[in-house]
Amino acid sequence: MATLAQGIRLALHYAEENLGLTDVFGEDVGPPLGGVFTATQGIKCAWNSPLDERGIIGMAMGIAFAGGRPVAEIQFADYIFNTIDLLKLAGNMRWSSHGRWGVPLTVMTPVGSGIHGSIYHSHSFESIASHIPGWKIVSPSNAVDAYGLLLSAINDPDPVMYLEPKALMRARSEELIPGEPADARELDRRINAPLGDRSRWVPDWPDVQPHFVPIGEARLAREGHHATVVSYSRMLPLCVQAADQLAHEGFEFDVIDLRTLYPVDMPALRRSLAKTRRLLVVNEDTEVTNYGEHLLRRLTEEFFYELEVAPRLLAGKDVPGIGIAWSLEAASVPQAGDVLEAMRDIATAPGRVGAGEWPLLPQSFFRSR
Amino acid sequence: MRYEALTPERKRQIHDLMVKARTTEETAILMNKSGEGFFWIGGPGEEAFAVPLGLQVKKGQGPDHDYLHLHYRGGPIAMAMGVDPLDHLRQMGAKATDPFSGGRQFVEHYAIPEWNIVPVTPTIETQYTMVIGTAHVQRRHGGDGISIVTGGDAGAAEGDIHVCLNWSSRPGQELPVLIIVTHNRWGISTPCTQVQSTRNLNEWATPFGIRNSVVDGNDVAASWDALADAMAYIRAERKPYMLQADVSRLYGHSSASGANRVDEPDCIPLYEERLISEGLMTRAECDAVWERWRAYCKEALEQVRSEPAPDPADIWTHIFAEPAGV
Repeated sequence: MATLAQGIRLALHYAEENLGLTDVFGEDVGPPLGGVFTATQGIKCAWNSPLDERGIIGMAMGIAFAGGRPVAEIQFADYIFNTIDLLKLAGNMRWSSHGRWGVPLTVMTPVGSGIHGSIYHSHSFESIASHIPGWKIVSPSNAVDAYGLLLSAINDPDPVMYLEPKALMRARSEELIPGEPADARELDRRINAPLGDRSRWVPDWPDVQPHFVPIGEARLAREGHHATVVSYSRMLPLCVQAADQLAHEGFEFDVIDLRTLYPVDMPALRRSLAKTRRLLVVNEDTEVTNYGEHLLRRLTEEFFYELEVAPRLLAGKDVPGIGIAWSLEAASVPQAGDVLEAMRDIATAPGRVGAGEWPLLPQSFFRSR
Repeated sequence: MRYEALTPERKRQIHDLMVKARTTEETAILMNKSGEGFFWIGGPGEEAFAVPLGLQVKKGQGPDHDYLHLHYRGGPIAMAMGVDPLDHLRQMGAKATDPFSGGRQFVEHYAIPEWNIVPVTPTIETQYTMVIGTAHVQRRHGGDGISIVTGGDAGAAEGDIHVCLNWSSRPGQELPVLIIVTHNRWGISTPCTQVQSTRNLNEWATPFGIRNSVVDGNDVAASWDALADAMAYIRAERKPYMLQADVSRLYGHSSASGANRVDEPDCIPLYEERLISEGLMTRAECDAVWERWRAYCKEALEQVRSEPAPDPADIWTHIFAEPAGV
């Protein structure tokens, strides 16, 4: 029942005690604040950095060079763009040195809209991040996955981009993190920093247990045969909610929570699409050169003769920003009603005559390209 | 130890390593001109500063030793530390045998974990953001290991040097960093006087409370002493120091500008005059050093010519620690 922010906090606690995590740092990450979303409260190795994104990424790379295990936070992904060349370097250090140097580091940054963040607290980053080879990219949609993905990220020998859905940071998980007290209020009392003077506060950590969500492994959030819905991060709960509603109309969906965007779990996508032959990808990034387009391209190539209807991407509008007025944000980013409508459409569209009559191309054809 | 206290053998070794670096660079330039290598860039003209630097590095692996964040003119530093000209020329030839990048990077882009030389990058000045990270670990680790970063005067216009100055001088969190700018007065074709308000970039460190100085990088003795003083301070005080070395750029920016010899002071003949006048070497002995290294480089070049290019399938290796499979 932890919130997503608490899931992150518990993972950092577990990692500094058990996984050799040496540094958690960024703007306002250390005491007294413990992060603008409270995700780093009570962490012993958390410290405040200068307001300097390039310094934060460079520092993380240097720590990794020297044998440390850092988690660096960029306070909002909207402010990560001036570090792109450093992210490229982090991604190519192992390749460019022919395997002689690697940089095991995690960059954690909140993404997406949903908090009235206006133009510069609402950016998505996965489409650009996935264009920087050498990084693994994960994004949880609930507290348990937030915990398990962060443990895997910290344990990984390569750089991992950990995208936090900021609108879900206070959303409670339906399930418990292993070792988490069953009473959410007890957890709040034990690990939430008090208001006011925190100088003498120390958290009373529960005895959380290891739970590694493997990087590259998707989760089937709902199971059905009418269509496949692929999503992640903040949009995932909207897809699940829509699937539950549409079940009353007799439609059942495979709702796949990718959890890892790179390397993406292609076997899970293939299994589902071979069954449903209908595909909808949902995210909130702007639609042009969108990460979802990559999924559509790969899956269309592989399932061209199998698909019964044209695959579809439901994404954010291709406009320069997200306005602070609610009417503007709702018009820019897919909302619950948009998701429901798109899912109903993909499930009910008339199927193409002859779909599936030709055999699939062998997988080796695609892997060799 | 001050330069004057060095043994005659050490002073002759400095000369030997300067010639080693120069002949290696000139062989690499030859490879560019003959079509046996692609882009050339390097540090001929920086030997009088770079070799004393390489010799005073606390060489080894891990935070007890010095970390080096070099830029693409760091060849003479690495040569002084022990890089084999054969390996340098393998990278120039983009061969599969290139031990630093497997034929992926430009020449002079070393990556040597055994000596804490982190990968040299073609991006300008980014190394000044990474050096604070290795120094941060060393500050926490203790001991006398330091982190050393080098870059040019033109690149210092990037904000990353400000990152380095700011992070390394935070009160109570000072970092053991030797911040070096080798000043050759040029950024490709643009003279420094067009783009910088001050000739001595080390003075930028003063408002941060960082000790700093400037040295004639064509003078071996002055460079040795400036480096010795700076390193002793950083190792003991665990605080940063900024040092500017005024150097020559003897073959222009790179092969992109022709890699032709230009008329600037050459530190090697200047040092030879000193050694000869002090009776430490004769002209014939100096010439013999050149002949020995030229012969070595010629033989190394023959070796490189015989070695294979990387296998095309190699592009898929070392993307991640484990084999890629998506």
